[in-house]
Amino acid sequence: MELTVNIGRLKLKNPVMTASGTFGYGEEYSEFVDLNKLGAIVVKGLSITPREGNPAPRIIETPAGMLNAIGLQNIGVKTFIKEKLPFLKKFKIPVIVNFFGDSIEEYVKAAEGLSKADGVDALEMNISCPNKQAGWIVFGTDPKVAFEVVNAVRKATDLTLIVKLSPNVTDIALMAKVAEDAGADAVSLINTITGMAIDIRTRRPKLANITGGLSGPAIKPIAVRMVYEAYRAVNIPIIGMGGIMNSEDAIEFMIAGATAVAVGTANFVNPSVTLDIIKGIESFMGKGGIMDVKNLVGGLRC
Amino acid sequence: MLQVGKTYDPLLKRPFCIFKREGNVIQFVYRIRGKGTRLLSNCKKGDIIQAIGPLGNSYPAPKKDFIAVAGGIGIASLFPLLERFKNKAFLFYGARTKNELVMINKAKSLAKKIFTTTDDGSIGQKGLITDVLNDFLENRTMPVYAGGPMPMLQKVSDIVAGRGIECYASLEEHMACGVGACLGCVVKTVSGYKRVCKEGPVFPIEEIVW
Repeated sequence: MELTVNIGRLKLKNPVMTASGTFGYGEEYSEFVDLNKLGAIVVKGLSITPREGNPAPRIIETPAGMLNAIGLQNIGVKTFIKEKLPFLKKFKIPVIVNFFGDSIEEYVKAAEGLSKADGVDALEMNISCPNKQAGWIVFGTDPKVAFEVVNAVRKATDLTLIVKLSPNVTDIALMAKVAEDAGADAVSLINTITGMAIDIRTRRPKLANITGGLSGPAIKPIAVRMVYEAYRAVNIPIIGMGGIMNSEDAIEFMIAGATAVAVGTANFVNPSVTLDIIKGIESFMGKGGIMDVKNLVGGLRC
Repeated sequence: MLQVGKTYDPLLKRPFCIFKREGNVIQFVYRIRGKGTRLLSNCKKGDIIQAIGPLGNSYPAPKKDFIAVAGGIGIASLFPLLERFKNKAFLFYGARTKNELVMINKAKSLAKKIFTTTDDGSIGQKGLITDVLNDFLENRTMPVYAGGPMPMLQKVSDIVAGRGIECYASLEEHMACGVGACLGCVVKTVSGYKRVCKEGPVFPIEEIVW
């Protein structure tokens, strides 16, 4: 049975990876998961300089999901390379590093810094960040700005470049196409959907940041729809994510058009869920006589 | 962290302190507060739920007599100390009402001395436990261990401030992963945000920025 998939120049032994921000820098989950069994690991988003993040409360549970407003707290590119990367290098799986910036310059600097480090196999750029040079409009919601930033990063790195798309747009297919045209090797979607929750007794927002990103099974149908739309618009591989809780969810994303999948919030519910999902995909393939997992990709019958 | 049910709502595990461990049996004490704890309370003998732990740190062992300050169900975090150091604790135990002073008799038998208050005066002194603590602390410098709601912990912090008293607080925060990955449960400290699940839940109280 063939489980391998390719994302740009990366060869994944299976299509299951972790979603950025939900798996720390790998170390945190290494007691629960044999990291060598994963298709790839995607680490918490980094910026060129460290970020303190938002005040608490940063997370709140909502029906079938959770809102988070961590505020992209991270240790910065330099400290990551020095303190976290040596641990990740011990494993034989591709290490995909998520990164972001609040200006094109910062994106480029972070990409350059990470590309020089030994042990980084691919970059995933988070374009769901506000642009300080353009009235804090989110890069990933404006096709022109999105093209500009992706293209600038493309010129700054030779590594496989994955662009993580924001779902807070009217036309996800257009944004996927823009990323492809700007030189992305793959797109990953969806990032969290902006949401909000209010304590009706105190009339205060439940998150200190007021709004946050919704994740978990609540967003899965939206994510599947967006993967389906993006798949019809681009020729580069898609990494599907958004509320994947089990292997059936993962397979659903693949049928919609995802070459690989990323598991996020489900890691919090069950720290070894990624391994269960890999096993579940194998068992589904076995029962259905599917010899190659790639045969599932985009296999939707309409 | 305990799974409370096999549902998507609630979705996440809930953090609890370990109340007691004897051989292969681990005990937790909790108050039914919301959907998660209600669901957990419906578990029947023989049900299987997933648990991960132990996670984070614990109170450092006291070297001599000490003060334990418990607010309501916060007593659960202090019980292991009371059991391990029998007749060493001056226990200050407050709650809103009589029914919420759980395990009061057991606590009494373990403490050297116990002071109780309730907000409604249904048992013990009427008022806040921190006021009783404040009076007691005059001229004393015993270490203080505190577990309870944030407003109580903040009062304890104010009371011990500047007195050269060693004081540790066990914090409560919403958590998602419990293993230090999601950065959701942070508390602001004098050296930046720290994760309650990983660097905590017990912090020297003077480090916390209220």
